[in-house]
Amino acid sequence: MTHQAPAAAPTMPASKGTNAAPLPSAWRTAAVRGATELRMFFRDQQTVGFIVAMPAMLLVLLASIFGSHDAAQDSGVTIGQLYTAGLIAGGIAGTSFTYLGITIAQERANGTLKWLAATPMPRTAYFAGKVVQVIVSALVETALLLAVGVAFYHVHLPSQPSQWLTFAWVFLLGTAACAVAGIAMSSLPKTPSAAGPLVSLTLTVLSFISGVYVVPLKTIPAPLRDFGALFPLTWLAQGMRSVFLPGSAAHLEPAGSWQHGVTALVLLAWIAGGLVVCTRTFRWQPR
Amino acid sequence: MLQNMNSKAVVVRGLAKSYQDHQAVDGIDLDIERGEILALLGPNGAGKTTTVEILAGQKTRTKGSVEVLGADPAHAGRGKQGRAWRARIGIVSQNAGAAPELTVAELVTHVASFYPRPRDPHEVIALTGLTEKKDKRIRTLSGGQVRRLDVARAVVGRPELIFLDEPTTGFDPEARRQFWALIRQLSADGTTILLTTHYLDEAAALATRIAVIDRGRFVAQGTPSELRSDSHPRNATVSWEGADGQRQTKETSTPTRLITDLATEFHGEVPGLTVTRPTLEDIYLELIAAEGGKQ
Repeated sequence: MTHQAPAAAPTMPASKGTNAAPLPSAWRTAAVRGATELRMFFRDQQTVGFIVAMPAMLLVLLASIFGSHDAAQDSGVTIGQLYTAGLIAGGIAGTSFTYLGITIAQERANGTLKWLAATPMPRTAYFAGKVVQVIVSALVETALLLAVGVAFYHVHLPSQPSQWLTFAWVFLLGTAACAVAGIAMSSLPKTPSAAGPLVSLTLTVLSFISGVYVVPLKTIPAPLRDFGALFPLTWLAQGMRSVFLPGSAAHLEPAGSWQHGVTALVLLAWIAGGLVVCTRTFRWQPR
Repeated sequence: MLQNMNSKAVVVRGLAKSYQDHQAVDGIDLDIERGEILALLGPNGAGKTTTVEILAGQKTRTKGSVEVLGADPAHAGRGKQGRAWRARIGIVSQNAGAAPELTVAELVTHVASFYPRPRDPHEVIALTGLTEKKDKRIRTLSGGQVRRLDVARAVVGRPELIFLDEPTTGFDPEARRQFWALIRQLSADGTTILLTTHYLDEAAALATRIAVIDRGRFVAQGTPSELRSDSHPRNATVSWEGADGQRQTKETSTPTRLITDLATEFHGEVPGLTVTRPTLEDIYLELIAAEGGKQ
């Protein structure tokens, strides 16, 4: 009789057949997470204002204050153009580094992560959802900045496919590098309320020495500039200038060239190092 | 997995969890049959939440063996097997996070998408009494509605076993009654339920079995009526007015004999006679006080 036990088992509507049905695929769950993350992001007006609209607002302020005259004699580059490219980088860092650093700390503290980890959702789907949300919001924020730059500050959209290709890899590597840094940073603060100041302060300091708030980068004292060059933002900003500024602007860079190779290497190093730190330190539960 | 179909939902032996400065759970044994509602009853800090979190795989244990739906929660893992195991349990914890900008229907539908064979989200929303709120943002819900939403997202995956950690704390009496009806409905559908509570009436009203926990140990286990009578013989308290008008009180295991004697003594009617037996609450408070006295 015992070998027929399964047939004799009492029927239980709650459990019947649960084991038989396959789990939803990780890809599908990742897509659902991405859509849900985007929905949550764009419905939160304060976040959208802070993350997406603020860089465009800063552009208007900074370019209005410092004028749209040439950045240096015979460079053919205006302050407004430099600010547009720089703030695209700063905005990308805001949507990836700042937003993830703050929201993941909050999601850890309020129990969201603990709850998600206890569901059958594959853990990779959580990160995939964040990637989708960050890339889409960074693209929206960049488009808004470009629209303002083109309309008011003599920014010209690149016409060469190769320039758009440069934009694509600089954007993706820069977003990824800042995102893993933000995810790693989210584990640092002891309380979720400390996450905001910690992350914002870090980005503000870097924005001053990476060619975002103060342009051209050459005008910043070399030691500060060199310190800034240790972080992804400097390279993300220079990469964006290489896309949206005329070729003649390269001599305004500290190195006198766009340094695409070094940019790719630094950003990739940050991605690799950040991933190692994240996989070792990421916690699904509050302390 | 088939060999587990008839086995118990939960088997715990000698479970202990110690932190640096204190022993949260101190050697408990527990069996939960399939389809049962077990209430883990105890005061704040008794070790209820720690126990549930260990069973749900959210905390590691220090000692003992644990089997939940045929698997050790500590080794469920993150892969397919672990996911399949997690798909069979539902958790309503005290702090389950928030998605304030989603609507009720969006969140429940979203959670359903994690599971292999979910319930219809709209049925679950109706079951938890949230149909009127289904298109409202979660940030607009009241505390009780959020708690019901917590239950909705715990049951939408059609779990076999649900952990409810103090689900009705902060509810008004009306909301608690509604919530109890919801739990009974889930139980009627065949779901095994482990409920923690510090309300004795809640445990008595819902549970098929109650385990009283205090300072990390079980001080009593049984059905509500077993706890009343069988755990150890209880004396009845007989009280009457003596000849001098003074109230007399006597505890006895043979109240009928005492009353017969009294009737003889008073030649019939005994003035102001009362016979009381301890309520479940008296027993519970006694259990906890006794345990406290030992420390």
